Amino acid sequence: MSVDVLQPTSGRRRLTDRVARGVTLALTMVALVPLVLVVYYLLKEGLGAFSVDFFTTDPTGRFIGDPGGIRSAIVGTVLIVLLATAIAVPLGLGVALYLVEYGKRGRFANVVRYFIDVMTGVPSVVFGLFIYIVLVVSKIGGTFAGWKGAVALSLLMLPVVARASEVVLNLVPDELRESALALGAPRWRVVLRIVLPTAAPGLLTGSMLAIARAAGETAPLLFTVAFVNGVSYDLGQRMNSLPLQIFNDVGQAQDRLVQRAWGAALTLVLMILVVTLAARLVQRRSRLQP
Amino acid sequence: MTNPDAKDRVMPPMPDEAPLAPPHVPARAQAPTAVRDRTAAAAPTGRSMTLEKLDAYYGTTHAVKGVDLHYAANQVTAMIGPSGCGKSTVLRCLNRMHEEIRGARAEGRVTLDDLEIYGDGVDVTAVRRAIGMVFQKPNPFPTMSIYDNVAAGLKLAGIKGADTGEVVERSLRGAGLWEEVKDRLSEPGISLSGGQQQRLCIARTIAVSPEVILMDEPCSALDPIATLKVEELITELKQDFTIIIVTHNMQQAARVSDTTAFFYLGELIEHAETEKLFSTPANARTEEYVTGKFS
Repeated sequence: MSVDVLQPTSGRRRLTDRVARGVTLALTMVALVPLVLVVYYLLKEGLGAFSVDFFTTDPTGRFIGDPGGIRSAIVGTVLIVLLATAIAVPLGLGVALYLVEYGKRGRFANVVRYFIDVMTGVPSVVFGLFIYIVLVVSKIGGTFAGWKGAVALSLLMLPVVARASEVVLNLVPDELRESALALGAPRWRVVLRIVLPTAAPGLLTGSMLAIARAAGETAPLLFTVAFVNGVSYDLGQRMNSLPLQIFNDVGQAQDRLVQRAWGAALTLVLMILVVTLAARLVQRRSRLQP
Repeated sequence: MTNPDAKDRVMPPMPDEAPLAPPHVPARAQAPTAVRDRTAAAAPTGRSMTLEKLDAYYGTTHAVKGVDLHYAANQVTAMIGPSGCGKSTVLRCLNRMHEEIRGARAEGRVTLDDLEIYGDGVDVTAVRRAIGMVFQKPNPFPTMSIYDNVAAGLKLAGIKGADTGEVVERSLRGAGLWEEVKDRLSEPGISLSGGQQQRLCIARTIAVSPEVILMDEPCSALDPIATLKVEELITELKQDFTIIIVTHNMQQAARVSDTTAFFYLGELIEHAETEKLFSTPANARTEEYVTGKFS
């Protein structure tokens, strides 16, 4: 063995190491600046808007005087996202199950995978436009309606749910499927009784992350749900939503309306944070770690 | 050949609730009650299996080449040979698990007594219920308790009308695990030790009342003491089941099996009584292998 190995590292090499560390640390700091600023402004401007009335009254639509709260926007966002989830999660899970359990590496399955990837890259405004043409302009069930926004959001969520679920289902060890098949179980029962329960926490996490992504989207709702002030629990009608409330308020030449936009933004961020944290907690309990 | 009755014939009738063992059955410590009761009620239930000109492929790879082999009922047949010799593939052809692998196929005749398991109209799930399988790695279902793991055999196979609690107890007794787990049946199956998990998997397999049990290196992930327990269990199980075991371990083959088949490069080289195969093998390659000249 050569003695060179044991010689101390050269000064130059130590310097290179120090420079490399310094540069990456500096870049990390630069990347953190906008993140910190976003959180700072959200809290600074948004917390000022928070009050009991803020959450319990609807926007009044008045430019001068009391602008009202954001109750209708919260209700609208929750209902639209729930419906979008009810559409996207079963569909996305079905696609993932097909890909993992039946399609596998076949040609058709690979085509499906490719289209899912393409769909993931489609900007949300395009989905909004698509639903606008297909459901709003054609006046199916009226013009603007909450459920049309939910369909647009579900198109956005579908590829996310499908891809995340596929990853999780692939983590279920094949030995489990084999031992269930070897007991004489038909394939569908293996999926229902073994694969899905084993993957359940991970599937839940994937769906919740898709929800978190969809909840903040503005563009798909803009063309499909439109905007109203009053609270509505009817998905067949126009509805308010947090992203649109922010969109409308932030451009107003009225400090109280702008402040409401910040408050609504902080509310939206907190709601998404709760869903994301819940997703992480569920993930931690899962036995299938990537 | 179309054989509409095949499904019914493969599927063994669920044993009636077994009467208590009659006195002429010798008592054994931790005797597999389930199994013994059934034996007492009827003739031994293990059945023979036969391979005729079995060829198995993975895509274009010819993994098993023209194997003819008879597995006698209620005997332990060991299949040995170096890695890649096709012994595990042969095992997987016996309960049609081979075809679950993409691109894999098998040709030739495989019969359970006189029933052709690759015949037209044969229900593959019925084949697998009649021919159970224990895998290399213990793999209890991770979301299920000990009890549910054994009951899963019944539920997954869609067997109704059985008294689940009783089947679970009998199967756990049959796998020699009852005394160790009877007070913790609701704990997760994966909380058991590796050796216990493997016996849990054996319990899960016998809960379905198969005729034949296939074992794919069932002890290779276990420590020596757990291995010994499983080996003792195999010797007990053969009273009621036909056992076919693939093993890398020649000592294990010598300890547990009645006959041993030696495979090399996808071909069956020699099949003989275990004692004979290890002491006076007929074939030179068998001798080289069993004496450790190659592996």
